[in-house]
Amino acid sequence: MKIAITASGKTLDSILDLRFGRAAGFILFDTDSGSVAYIDNTQNLEAAQGAGIQAAQHVVNAGAQAVITGHTGPKAFKVLQAAKIPVFLAKGGTVAEAAEAWKQGALAEITEADVEGHWV
Amino acid sequence: MIISVASGKGGTGKTTVAVSLALSQKVPVTLLDCDVEEPNAALFLQLVDRSERAVTVPVPVIDESKCIACGECARFCEFNAIVHIGTSVMAFHELCHSCGGCALVCPTQAISEVQSPIGTLLTARVANRPEKRSITFAQGTLEVGKALSPPVIREVRSLAAPDGLTIIDCPPGTSCPMSTAVSGTDYVVLVTEPTPFGLHDLRLAVETVRKMGIPCGVIINRSTSGDGRVQKYCAKQGIPVLMEIPEDRKIAEGYSRGLPLVECASEYRSDFAQLPERITRSMP
Repeated sequence: MKIAITASGKTLDSILDLRFGRAAGFILFDTDSGSVAYIDNTQNLEAAQGAGIQAAQHVVNAGAQAVITGHTGPKAFKVLQAAKIPVFLAKGGTVAEAAEAWKQGALAEITEADVEGHWV
Repeated sequence: MIISVASGKGGTGKTTVAVSLALSQKVPVTLLDCDVEEPNAALFLQLVDRSERAVTVPVPVIDESKCIACGECARFCEFNAIVHIGTSVMAFHELCHSCGGCALVCPTQAISEVQSPIGTLLTARVANRPEKRSITFAQGTLEVGKALSPPVIREVRSLAAPDGLTIIDCPPGTSCPMSTAVSGTDYVVLVTEPTPFGLHDLRLAVETVRKMGIPCGVIINRSTSGDGRVQKYCAKQGIPVLMEIPEDRKIAEGYSRGLPLVECASEYRSDFAQLPERITRSMP
């Protein structure tokens, strides 16, 4: 199963980026094979409007089946929900730690956006 | 003639100048407050015959019974206002720029446009002075939470008088709201103050209006508060300094009570009265 984790760098030991729409990038981690791919999000990071929507679209197109991030705004959440991709919130640490916590079922799935748009 | 009153920096005195310019004319004028995020010219005016109406923009609505989820609309939209995921197509109206393209590219005519309110347009007449002089006033107000001011600005701009003098109080800055308000006007009066910040933003405003091909002149407000840097810049750039308004407690006190500059410092009335003619003479 592929999970997309918001990341401030390109490797599993990068720090989790707490933002979704304006995350630096996403690490696409395949929990079955252990393979890691990186999706750059710089373009959305700099977008004035609609970053969450576009970021969600990227994640969906990349084939992610779950998302781990720090916070998700209403528009991004609406898109992820339409794509039936569950969103789990982590408080920090590295991408690898977040993935591990998710595997152990320690991360809570959210049923609605936990922040307003443009919250940072 | 349409004169727009703009500035790079906010708070330099655009409204002070626009209102005083309008109140000093001996001919009928139209005063349009296009600073739709915070219109404030009305604070200095006694308005009568007020009338308000909504400003709306077209936004897409998707008829799910006709939508085949092909994604053409989402691919077309430059502003991420439509998202296509699997069999689901979602429209985010707050990101829509009302271009209508999504409805045009939809192969099954599943998209129609509905009018969505984004602000209000107030029209009124000004009754500040007893003399028989007619000032038509209009202002736009963007709804709180809406991001796109240009449609409201264009609505106010559409009320410019075909003949006679129209004065436009512009939003600050040099981005879309300002350029929408200034676009198509005959002359831009740039109001600034003689400070590093004032000059910095004046340069940006000059570059902007020059790119738009509109002649400009400068009014230096609170001219005794800084130094000679704005005069020097204007001389070097060949930009006429149309007026200098020194720092004056009387003006500040009047302002704080909602009095227009020409009413609390009437010695400026003739300068403002003659400004359109000075501008006409300075124009290429």
